[in-house]
Amino acid sequence: MDTPILRFENVTKCYGNNIVLDNVSLSIAAGEVFSLLGPSGCGKTTLLRICGGFERPDEGRVYLDGVDITKLPPNERDVRTVFQSYALFPHMTVWENVAFGLRATGVPRDEIVKRVPRYLELVQLKGFEQRRPGQLSGGQRQRVAIARALINQPKVLLLDEPLAALDLKLRQRMLMDLDAIHDEVGISFLFVTHDQQEAMCISDQIAVLNRGHVEQIGRPQELYEAPRSSFVASFIGDTNFFEGFVTETQGDYCNVKTKDGFDLYLYNDRHLNTNTPVSVSIRPEKFTISLTPPTDTDQKMNVLQGEVEEVVYLGAHTRFWVRVGGHRISVVKQHHAYGLDERSITWGDAVWLTVGADKGYMLDRNGSMGE
Amino acid sequence: MQNRRVRFFVGLPTFVWLLLFYAIPMVVMLLLAFRHADANGDIGATWSLQEIRNLCNPIYPKIFIRTIWLAVTATLLCVMFAIPISYQLARMRPRIRNVFLMLIVVPFWTNFLIRIYAWKVVLHPDGFLKSIFVAIGLCDPDAILLYNSGAVLTVMVYTYLPFAVLPIYSAAEKFDFSMLDAAKDLGAGSFYAFRRVFLPAIMSGVTVAIMVVFIPALGAYLIPDLVGGASSEMIGDKIAQSVTTKRNLPHASALSALLMFGVFAPLLIGMLIRKWRQRAQGETMVTNRDVMKGAF
Amino acid sequence: MIRNGSQRSVIPFCVLMVVLIFLYLPFVMVTMASFNASKYGGEWVGFSLKWYESLFENDAILDALKTTLFIAAMSTFFATILGTMAALALHWMKSRIRGIYSALVHTPLVVPDILHGVGLLLLFVTAKHLLSYCFGWEFELGMVTIIIAHVTFCVSYVTMVVVGRLETFDGHLIEAAHDLGAGALYTFFKVTMPMILPGIIAGALFSFTLSIDDFVITFFVKGAGDTTLPIYIQSAMRRGNPAEINALSVIFLAFTFIFVFVTQMLLTRKKETK
Repeated sequence: MDTPILRFENVTKCYGNNIVLDNVSLSIAAGEVFSLLGPSGCGKTTLLRICGGFERPDEGRVYLDGVDITKLPPNERDVRTVFQSYALFPHMTVWENVAFGLRATGVPRDEIVKRVPRYLELVQLKGFEQRRPGQLSGGQRQRVAIARALINQPKVLLLDEPLAALDLKLRQRMLMDLDAIHDEVGISFLFVTHDQQEAMCISDQIAVLNRGHVEQIGRPQELYEAPRSSFVASFIGDTNFFEGFVTETQGDYCNVKTKDGFDLYLYNDRHLNTNTPVSVSIRPEKFTISLTPPTDTDQKMNVLQGEVEEVVYLGAHTRFWVRVGGHRISVVKQHHAYGLDERSITWGDAVWLTVGADKGYMLDRNGSMGE
Repeated sequence: MQNRRVRFFVGLPTFVWLLLFYAIPMVVMLLLAFRHADANGDIGATWSLQEIRNLCNPIYPKIFIRTIWLAVTATLLCVMFAIPISYQLARMRPRIRNVFLMLIVVPFWTNFLIRIYAWKVVLHPDGFLKSIFVAIGLCDPDAILLYNSGAVLTVMVYTYLPFAVLPIYSAAEKFDFSMLDAAKDLGAGSFYAFRRVFLPAIMSGVTVAIMVVFIPALGAYLIPDLVGGASSEMIGDKIAQSVTTKRNLPHASALSALLMFGVFAPLLIGMLIRKWRQRAQGETMVTNRDVMKGAF
Repeated sequence: MIRNGSQRSVIPFCVLMVVLIFLYLPFVMVTMASFNASKYGGEWVGFSLKWYESLFENDAILDALKTTLFIAAMSTFFATILGTMAALALHWMKSRIRGIYSALVHTPLVVPDILHGVGLLLLFVTAKHLLSYCFGWEFELGMVTIIIAHVTFCVSYVTMVVVGRLETFDGHLIEAAHDLGAGALYTFFKVTMPMILPGIIAGALFSFTLSIDDFVITFFVKGAGDTTLPIYIQSAMRRGNPAEINALSVIFLAFTFIFVFVTQMLLTRKKETK
């Protein structure tokens, strides 16, 4: 593995009795987009501010390119921040804002004059040099903030919820542009967000934070398909949880009896023993829903019978809530073909749900629950 | 309620009152400067330029210059103190901030004369400050702290400081402190960030502060009268003297008219600067209201 | 969280502390001097309440206090009414007159009080001449002229405070009231008035304080025999430093502090219950 460009080592931070970060260790490789994902108050912004030098950790160290920067003031670190509020200087023009970092660090004027247009071009803001932040749209301000942060050629760019203030359409467009900018400059981005879609979309690696500690680090697919805790499973995407215990193991597979009294046949990748309490996550789209009983059931298929309680049509797919015993299972059905003439499933229908044994994922019961 | 006629009648009484007792007196003052003084010092029957010419009396230039000097110095000192105070207040947590803000504003609610009187006690020849100054060798035992320009300046800064803090604070309160973080993040040192990012952002408050301190300071009468001496007389003393001891009302009007120009010239300039800044930047401006907001 | 960033300079905090000492030192000194048996308060001679005793036996001071309170009450009453009306008028006006009206109401705030005083004195003197010449009316400077002067400089403060209050309230409230079938007068007394009442009360308190506080303007427009408390204090100060004034100052200070403390308590409680 490459040597990490940025490394947090056992970082702990408290405000009074409130532990905001609890022994957090992370490594960010050169050139990757690394996301810190978590609900508000999970400590992700504090971690970013520690990296930027605005907060000091109570314990632990931060290394940038192998050098300990824990105690350096913000202006002496080779990292730059794009603030959530953008923090553009309202009394300066776009040009002056972008040039600020160069002027403040005493870069000669002819160098400034050369570099500013290059970075304005990078963020597609040519022609806006003389505008003030008050005369720009949200997306344009965002771009100024990015250009301003990148112009000093930092080793890592920190982005604090950079898209939170933008509306949905603009957010998607900005994500693509951020990706393009990242490809262009090639430095590491440390991206803080509470929005799992943003994180999934842009990241090479994601660290899920909850109440000050890291729940899981991994590639987006890993987090989605193989969440290690119920918190990660519920925070990233929707899921159904089934609480129960292992009743019988058969090689790589096992039977799980749920609290509501039905059996699930599941892939036992963690080799849990009989009688281990377990929590099972099955994503809604893993179920198949039909009005007729499945015909080609093999042993590795679970079949549940239930009654539709609610239907929400969402265009690309339909979401059903199906009552199975004591459980309400959320199921998503994709619409692959035009289905206007098809008999659609509706309230009160008796339906069959099928799900493969390897589509469920067994979680730690000790892992913290989602909020 | 909001039709034209109702609006007109609701606004009328105050309009008439202020016209009668504020605007007309100012005009009368300007006019009477061109009247002759009669034997009793009252307003004479004829027009003359006598009192305008009397303004060239050789004792005046010195007093005018001193008045401006004292007002400018007091203003600068007030603003110099008010900027770091406002910065500090704005950075505090709201609870503590309100306590400190109140501590700064309370002296402004106490009686003006008592505030001056308190300084007479402090600066008294047998007083506390003098004995400390003598003890640490800052002045010799025969020195007099009262009745000089230093005393006038001290008390002026003391009484006008809250007026300077309130507008600057209300500009600083609107300041987004993450911008200082941003500046440091971009490589700026603390002082560079303060000067290039914080100061420009509170400039509108500073202009208001300058106006609300400089203008009353220019017209100060009670402070130089009570803690100043012959060597620190200001134009206000001269106006009061020509009303009372050296009774000569037209002369008082001439001096007052001069003071009025001294007041309205910077006021106009200040307003033009604000307008220009407003147009240039569209930043949030500190209004008159903000000046007093802190008092409540 | 940003406000509590760890990177902070101590210089502004030190300035704040030094200035607070500067602001309160005189008050501490006066309080000490008022309990000092020595007349000039230089050296500490011994604890004594004699200045307070002689203060309460001093009829001149008590008379001055009565005069002051009477003038303050009268001028607050008129100034509050006129000021509130002006604020409403300003709020409702949209035309070009608004600029002139606003200037007329707001510029008195920045004019030095000595100009107010001299201007009014000259007006009254001129009026006296004119009236006795034209109609044979005679009037002297006195309580009436003092009250007129006080009303004049208090009006602007009341207007400023009430306009501030009016600006913060949502114009849709009025529309909502009309929409619910309320007439113009009903809306005014049931919606507008209750909303701006805190502003009116604040303005009244403000003008009461300013009226009690005023020396300069009163000094110019008063008649020969009128003595308000500030006038009394000033003449006592010019005669020397009578220790009674120390005691009087302390009482004044105590009242101010209690007043500010109580209003602050009421205001914060109000905010919390909201």
